[in-house]
Amino acid sequence: MTFDMSQFHQVFFDETAEHLVNMESLLLAINVQQPESEDLNAIFRAAHSIKGGAATFGFSDLAELTHVLENLLDKVRKNELPLSRDIVDASLLSGDLLKEMLAFHRGDVPVDEARIAVLKQKLEQLSIAGHAVLPPPVAVAQPVAAAAPARLHIEIYPPIAMHVEELWQRLAALGSLQIMQAPDEQADPVIPALALLSTESPCDDVVEMLAFLLPPEAFKVVEDVTIEDDGVGFFSLPPIAPCGDIAFEEEGFGLFAPLPASQVASSGDIAFEEDGFGLFAPLPAAPADGKGDIAFEEDGFGLFTPLPTVVATAARITASVGAPAAAKEPARSEVRSAPAVVAGAGENSIRVSTDKVDLLLNLVGELVITQSMLMQYGSGLDSVEHENLLNSISLLQRNSRELQEAVMSIRMMPIAFVFNRFPRVVRDLAGKLDKQVELKMVGENTELDKGFIEKLSDPLTHLVRNSLDHGIESPEQRRAKGKKETGLLTLRAFHEGGSIVIEVTDDGAGLRRDKILSKARESALPVSDTMSDTEVWALIFEPGFSTAAEVTDVSGRGVGMDVVRKNIVAMGGRIDISSMVDIGTTMTIRLPLTLAIMDGMSIKIADETYVLPLNYILESLQPKPSEVKTIAGRGQVVSVRGEYLPIVSVAEYFSIDAPASQPDKSILIIVESSGQKVALMVDELLGQQQFVVKNLEANYRKVEGLSGATIMGDGRVALILDVAAIVRVNLQKAHGEILTAQLH
Amino acid sequence: MGVATMDANNSSDTDKARREYLVFALGKEEYGIDILKVQEIRGYDAVTRLAKSPSFIKGVINLRGHIVPIVDMRIKFDVGNVIYNDFTVVIILNVLNRTVGMVVDGVSDVIELSGDDIRPAPEFGAVMNTNYIQGLGVVGERMIIMVDIEKLMSSDEMALMDAAVAANV
Repeated sequence: MTFDMSQFHQVFFDETAEHLVNMESLLLAINVQQPESEDLNAIFRAAHSIKGGAATFGFSDLAELTHVLENLLDKVRKNELPLSRDIVDASLLSGDLLKEMLAFHRGDVPVDEARIAVLKQKLEQLSIAGHAVLPPPVAVAQPVAAAAPARLHIEIYPPIAMHVEELWQRLAALGSLQIMQAPDEQADPVIPALALLSTESPCDDVVEMLAFLLPPEAFKVVEDVTIEDDGVGFFSLPPIAPCGDIAFEEEGFGLFAPLPASQVASSGDIAFEEDGFGLFAPLPAAPADGKGDIAFEEDGFGLFTPLPTVVATAARITASVGAPAAAKEPARSEVRSAPAVVAGAGENSIRVSTDKVDLLLNLVGELVITQSMLMQYGSGLDSVEHENLLNSISLLQRNSRELQEAVMSIRMMPIAFVFNRFPRVVRDLAGKLDKQVELKMVGENTELDKGFIEKLSDPLTHLVRNSLDHGIESPEQRRAKGKKETGLLTLRAFHEGGSIVIEVTDDGAGLRRDKILSKARESALPVSDTMSDTEVWALIFEPGFSTAAEVTDVSGRGVGMDVVRKNIVAMGGRIDISSMVDIGTTMTIRLPLTLAIMDGMSIKIADETYVLPLNYILESLQPKPSEVKTIAGRGQVVSVRGEYLPIVSVAEYFSIDAPASQPDKSILIIVESSGQKVALMVDELLGQQQFVVKNLEANYRKVEGLSGATIMGDGRVALILDVAAIVRVNLQKAHGEILTAQLH
Repeated sequence: MGVATMDANNSSDTDKARREYLVFALGKEEYGIDILKVQEIRGYDAVTRLAKSPSFIKGVINLRGHIVPIVDMRIKFDVGNVIYNDFTVVIILNVLNRTVGMVVDGVSDVIELSGDDIRPAPEFGAVMNTNYIQGLGVVGERMIIMVDIEKLMSSDEMALMDAAVAANV
């Protein structure tokens, strides 16, 4: 049976990414000395779910690595192995590699095989080391199974991947080993190696250990159940029960169909796979009659069926090692239900493609426009004669506004999605730089547009790295300055008006004005000692600017801050710095709440309407003739509270055919972009409202000076001014004119 | 000549199957375009002028929530009377997943032609560059110039797309 799995891949990718994030945050939060068993279980579950999904969907590389990781975590979870920093580090590393593998399956670069192999080896060593250190773990985890030493028949089929002697040695470490027969690859049929192991370890542990070393089809462990064992009387089991669960697990991952009823009835008990995903049918009532011997494992998943601890004696789902193919079939046919169940277990939410949300948003935008058209026509009607119509229109207005808000909120996500990566970034980086840093996050639930979430993480990461590298000093320096040795890095998000503000604050050395100025002079930037602090700080956003004394692999190459600013500005936001020497630095990012709707001021130039994004506007004014001055070669300037700002005529910029207006007869709007202020000259202010932003490139191309278009209440198109570009062009023009003036 | 024969070969691919073409007038010439590229025909609405655009790009209109650029072919090819009144016709095209409006002198009819009816175009002095002409359609006494409208609209000279987008075509 072939079944196209690829349609579920996206679901798997999304879920695995979530599990990885979850696992990472748990690992970072865990207290290594006294881990909460709940957390350990959660980490294990995350790893297990990834493994299950990966194997089902045929991503064997993911499954293999997670398998090894899972075994290690399983031991930790069962208290067979104490949690150590090494284990946490290795697990985090595994998480990283898994992420890379996931990216590879999504079409990214392949992951270095050697790194995977090294990590696997490390994980295996960690989990085996635990065996040697601890007394037989049986007593802790599975008291029932420890009743008597079990005799295990072990068969290993050639070709054996490793040295047989080594294998025997490892087995001998678990109990007393009696080798019955040496393997012979030459013989036909091949003669398997046979051994009898008398051990107190549960059958499962032996199987697991072998599974590390050998492929699942290459060995078989059969338990020789001692007749005196109390469980047996009840069940009248055959004295030999294969413990083939590892093989089963490899193929089935809990997705297979539940046991047929007849089998359930005859055995009186189902030995549920301990890691069975909860997809199984619930336990039949049979155990309640007292015959079925189900022991609840203390650290079971809680959600689903408990584990029977009579591992060896209970009747097992007898998927013997030799029949993995049989398990495969049901696994595939059942896979359809798997994502739904897994999702259902989580939050009460659905996954919808962003295209659909955007379409919805667009349609609502249209509705709002249509409604405001109706409004406009309605306003011309007699309010007594058309009372009902006008009432309905205002009702429509309220409803469509609420609808718009509701639809907008679909796109909103908490900023925690960006912040969540930083505990890890800070932990790793602080370790690398030998600094002690405490990360504080405030306002993680602040919501912003999903489109920003993805675009924010790079610039924010850069700022955080910068703060750690350049901002926060080493513990010695901090002590010398009389500060606490542990530096504090705060990420804070909050709403302010129509924008979201994100701050990255450190209590480090602060920016050094003199250093920045001298560096700027080296780079031949136009600076003077009279510049304000804000202007000086803004210099670090210049391309190629870095004040780091030496270039580290963390930062200091000077590519970055300019990119950070470019990214933020591209999102319609801005970034500011405030800093004090030895007190610290705060980087403040301001973003509009959403990309799709913008607060703007509509303005009129001749008979054309334009929209100016509100977040650039500082103020608007009507200058007195005396405040406008003409500077030779640089056009006109206006004096606003002692500051001379260049006047840019929008009409001129867009070559609008209109009689040239005088600044003192028009309105000047002071806008600010990248620290530069400019006075835009317009004819009239029409009003302030929200606009649905449409891009011009969808059917046309980019037009310099315009950032998009919007549809006005009367159905006409108004163009949105790209203030940043206008300011930039004005600046270049000014520089150009100075240059030409100097040349002459 | 080589170009013309190649065009004839291309059109023979779609032989036998009869296809429909929308015929519009530009000056004294009649042009035909694949009707499947036409979304609708509408009157000329007030446009919003786009600064820094060539003169034949009249601006953009709001077509049910989409911002659609309007090209005046009469200005572009310097034919006909450039006046805008109630009879001015805009053909809304759907080319390369984009929507573009094109102002022409008039729309006459829809004709059905098979590959055989389309002759290779000789070198002749049409207002349009021969690169965009697929051939000549003959219907009775009429001679209709068949235009590859996608090629025309994505061309540099129409300046409707960013170079990067046009390059991907």
